[in-house]
Amino acid sequence: MPKVTFIQPDGMQTVLEADTGTSVMRTAAANGVPGIVAECGGSAMCATCHVYVEDAYLDGLPEVSEVEDEMLDCTASARCANSRLSCQLNIESDIAVRIPEAQV
Amino acid sequence: MAADSGTLIVGACQAGVQLAASLRELGDCSPITLVGAEPHAPYQRPPLSKDLHGGTVDAAALAFRTADWYGRQDIDLVTGEQIVRLERNDDGGVAVSAGGRRFRFARLALATGAAVRRLQLEGTELDGVHYLRDAAEADRLAAGLAAARKVAVVGGGFIGLEVAAGARAAGKQVTVLEAAPRLVGRAVAEQTSEYFRAAHLRRGTEVVLQAKISRLTGSGGKVTGVELGDGTHVAADVVLIGVGVLPRTELAGQLGLAVDNGIVVDEFGLCSDGMTVAAGDCANLPNPYVRGDGGRLRLESVPHAIEHARTAAAALLGRRAPYRMMPWFWSDQADIKLQIAGLSAGYDQTVLRGDPDADKFSLLYYRAGRIIAADCINSPADFMAVKTALAKDRDIPADAAADPGVRLRQLIAEPAVR
Repeated sequence: MPKVTFIQPDGMQTVLEADTGTSVMRTAAANGVPGIVAECGGSAMCATCHVYVEDAYLDGLPEVSEVEDEMLDCTASARCANSRLSCQLNIESDIAVRIPEAQV
Repeated sequence: MAADSGTLIVGACQAGVQLAASLRELGDCSPITLVGAEPHAPYQRPPLSKDLHGGTVDAAALAFRTADWYGRQDIDLVTGEQIVRLERNDDGGVAVSAGGRRFRFARLALATGAAVRRLQLEGTELDGVHYLRDAAEADRLAAGLAAARKVAVVGGGFIGLEVAAGARAAGKQVTVLEAAPRLVGRAVAEQTSEYFRAAHLRRGTEVVLQAKISRLTGSGGKVTGVELGDGTHVAADVVLIGVGVLPRTELAGQLGLAVDNGIVVDEFGLCSDGMTVAAGDCANLPNPYVRGDGGRLRLESVPHAIEHARTAAAALLGRRAPYRMMPWFWSDQADIKLQIAGLSAGYDQTVLRGDPDADKFSLLYYRAGRIIAADCINSPADFMAVKTALAKDRDIPADAAADPGVRLRQLIAEPAVR
């Protein structure tokens, strides 16, 4: 099973095994990882599951859709080049993401 | 079980799970029992009306939390037990399930949700007639849709339109029958209703407004269609009835709690006895964004259920903080993404941004010169801007907002009028 690493703003890491095809957001929510609010449950409606993808894992991610792009412009923490909504990241292989300071 | 010193949460749903999680986040170490009538661990409901077209719906795939999580949080999740009786006594109370199990509690939270409104109509017992609230119903509907050619949807609200849009996208012949003069009349204003009518029509769905339904027709125990008052027969292999929900207040009634379109709670989520809390779809609560109606409303939305459960959890622990969330909603109708920020009732002016015929626009609502709400179609940036402005008590001046070349976010300003 692929491993998903969540890195909190204070550096604390949580490593979880995830089912292929499930999203990074669902993996975080199902296991109660703090900092992924995901108010809308994964519909790219709320921009509260924002993450920064670690550089080593940026290749091979799905393209940012128009909707995700617009929502990423409205996140509570600053958008960076590696910003994604974790509900739109389906897990195919290992991935590591940093959780921003604020989601709402 | 030492649950007589702990909290019983009735309703293993979005609000119920959040109540349990919030109690733990707030540092509550006492026992928590979360009881639900369905056989599954709590799961997300919104996908039930949107992701129906794979032939099956699996509640396990929609689960909010892993089984491990409940264990780690020391939350006793009890599934398949419907609470049918509640009694209060001096040091708490007891809940009894249909299966005869007794759950003692010191603190009680009601997250009983809502039940679909059923139509009193000839033919609703026929095979192929569906309601949609839970995963089992969604699974049956998904199987029915997979085999269907013609689909009739009774009720042009969110649930009906979501199912209709998905069925149409999957190649079915779809007819939506709405009793009112316009679609989604409870949630949006006329211009947005008209957009939905035109948009579904463009996608090949028939929409009948002011439909008077006489009966559902059948043959050999299986539904064959819907007969209208004017004699028209709409043929269908599957009929979905989506005509709203009613709050589940029976248990609150047993405790003598005030009930009026939901379980009446105060701004902290407390019921009329001052100690039971109620959260989510079942609760009627005060909200600062409501104009009229005594400043109260009952909301059916995920973000509300989450936030209201947080408020109620805090109140159970004696930490009262008023609920003030700005209401927002969404609906995914195949390729149409609707996001609503705020409550538009009472508006006196609208501003249209973008082009409804291109399925990308926002309708902004104003009252006395200030923005109060927006319906945003495939326009998430507009939605986020209005949501932010409303939550922070700011304005987006109407005169500049019509130009879709200007980002709404850049127009957020201190209100000119208070």
